[in-house]
Amino acid sequence: MDMALLNRLKDIAISDSGFIFDPYSGATFNTNETGRFILQLLKEGNGIDAIQSEIRNHFKTSEEDLRSDIYEFINLLKEAQLLPKNFKF
Amino acid sequence: MDQPKTPYEKPILVKYQNGWSDKFGRLQAITPMTHIDGQPVQDLVEKYGSPLFVFSERTMVSKCRELKELLALRYPKFQLAWSYKTNYLNAVCKVFDREGSWAEVVSEFEFEKALRLGIPFSRIILNGPCKTESVIEKALKGGARIHIDHFDELSLLEKVADRLGIRPEVGIRVNFSLSSIPNWDRFGFNFENGQALSAVKRLVIGKRLTLSGLHCHIGTFVLDPSAYREATAKIALFAKQLHDEMGLSIKWIDLGGGFASTNTLHSQYLPGNQVTPSFSQYVEAITEGLENLNGSSSEFPLLFLETGRALIDEAGYLITTVQANKRLSDGRRAVVVDTGIHHLITSLWYRHEIVPAQEFGGTFEPTAIFGPLCMNLDVIRANILYPPLKTGDRLVIKTVGAYNVTQWMQFITLRPNVVMISRNGQCDIIRHQETLDHLTALEEVPPWI
Ligand SMILES: Cc1ncc(COP(=O)(O)O)c(C=O)c1O
Repeated sequence: MDMALLNRLKDIAISDSGFIFDPYSGATFNTNETGRFILQLLKEGNGIDAIQSEIRNHFKTSEEDLRSDIYEFINLLKEAQLLPKNFKF
Repeated sequence: MDQPKTPYEKPILVKYQNGWSDKFGRLQAITPMTHIDGQPVQDLVEKYGSPLFVFSERTMVSKCRELKELLALRYPKFQLAWSYKTNYLNAVCKVFDREGSWAEVVSEFEFEKALRLGIPFSRIILNGPCKTESVIEKALKGGARIHIDHFDELSLLEKVADRLGIRPEVGIRVNFSLSSIPNWDRFGFNFENGQALSAVKRLVIGKRLTLSGLHCHIGTFVLDPSAYREATAKIALFAKQLHDEMGLSIKWIDLGGGFASTNTLHSQYLPGNQVTPSFSQYVEAITEGLENLNGSSSEFPLLFLETGRALIDEAGYLITTVQANKRLSDGRRAVVVDTGIHHLITSLWYRHEIVPAQEFGGTFEPTAIFGPLCMNLDVIRANILYPPLKTGDRLVIKTVGAYNVTQWMQFITLRPNVVMISRNGQCDIIRHQETLDHLTALEEVPPWI
C-alpha cells in the first residue's frame, strides 16, 4: 500500500466505541466492532485475505465467504472519502 | 483457555447527521416485539406464513370500552356505529357488533355485508355521496337510517319514499368551515353559506320525508380536539335553530369519525404516541360543544360516533420477513421485506413503527425498508435508524389495523392470511391467504383468442 494512503489512514482517529473522526474533513462516523477491526488491519497494511483470516480468528462466524462484506465496507469507506476512490488491495 | 469469540456482525460505517436523536438528545429506542398478545411471532409465522396480518381482539375491545365509558360519564344517550370501510372483515365487524356497535356503511355491498352478518336494519346507518336507488330502497323498506348527502339524493329519496308509500325519518349531512382543519365541503350541505338550511326547508316543503337527524364528519386523523368542540357547537346551534324557528325536533346527532390513532403522519415531527390526543380529550371537546343544545328540545338527541381508525389501528399488526440486505448508490442500507405498499397503503400516510421480532444487537444505521414490488413507490420506511438485520429475520409493523385490509390489493404478490388472537389466547384465521385459483376464478379467456 502506498505511504500517503497509510499516513492518511493513520491520522484517522478511532475510539474504542467505534467513533471515527476524520481530521481532514472534520466528518464524524460510527462503526461497529467488525468495522473497527478491519480499519485497524488496513492501517497495518493488510490485504483482503489476511483481513479475512484475522476476522475468522477473532470473531465467531459460520459465514463461508467474508470477502463481499469486506469489499462492501471498503466501498463505504471510499464513499465517506476515508479511502481514495482508486484504492485497491 | 481461549477467550470466547465475539459474534461476527457485518462491518458498517455510518456518518453522523443532525436530526437522529429525539428532543432529549437520545436515539429513539427500538424494543423487540417477540410476542403479540402472548403468541410468539415466530410460531405465528411458522403456522400461518409470512407476511401475516394479526388482529388483537383484546385491543379492539379495550379501545371500544374505553371510548364508551368516557362517553357514558359525560352524555346520557350515545351509540357507536362501526365504520365498515375502516375494516370490514367479518370477524372484526362481529367483535364490534358484540360490543354493542351499530354498522355504518357507505355502499350497497357494505350494506349487504352488514345484513349478512345479522345486523338488523334498525342498527344500520347508510352514509356516502353515491347511494344507488336500489340501496336507498332497501334501506328505506327495512328502516335503516339514511344521511342525505346532496340535493339530487334528497329528490331520489323522496321519489323512492313516495313509491313505497312511507314517510321515513332521515338525517342530512352538514359540513362546516372550521378554524383549525380544512373543510371537507365535498360531502353534505354547507352550513356557513346557508345550503344546509335550504336543504332542510326543501325537505320540509316536500312533505315526503321527516328530518330527524344531523350528521357531519369533519375529517380524518384530526389531531386537534378543539375542532370537535367547534363542529359540535355549530351542529348543536343548528339543531336549536331548527327547533326554535321551524319547530323541528332533532332526535339524533351523528358526529362521524376522525379521531387520530397513535400512528405518525409523514408531516409530523414528534411520534404519534407522544402527540395523539386521548379519547377523553375528544369526548370532552364534543360534550362541551353539545352544551349549546341548551333547551332545543325536551329530550337529549341520541349522539352517534362513527369512530373508525382510533378503535382498530392499534389492534392490527403486520408481520414481515427480511428477504435481503443491499446498499444504495449513496451507501445507505436498504432492506427488502416480503410485504409492501399493496398490503400497507397506509405507509403512504404514516411513518409506521416497525420493530424486530427477535433480540438484536449491533450499531444502528440509516436504513430504507422496501417492499417486494418492482415499483419505486413501494417504500415502507424511507429512512429509519435501524439495527442490522439478517435475511429471515422477522419484523412487526405496528398500528396497521385501519384501512389496510380493506384498501389492500392483489398486485404482483397475493394477499396473505389474516388471523385474530382472542382475549383468551386462541388464534384463528379470519381471512385465508389468496391462491392463484381465487385470482383466476373471475377471469375468462374468450374462445377467439
Ligand atoms: C362518514 C364517515 N364516518 C366515519 C368514518 C371513519 O373515520 P375514521 O376512521 O377517521 O374514524 C369516515 C371515514 O372517512 C367517514 O367518511
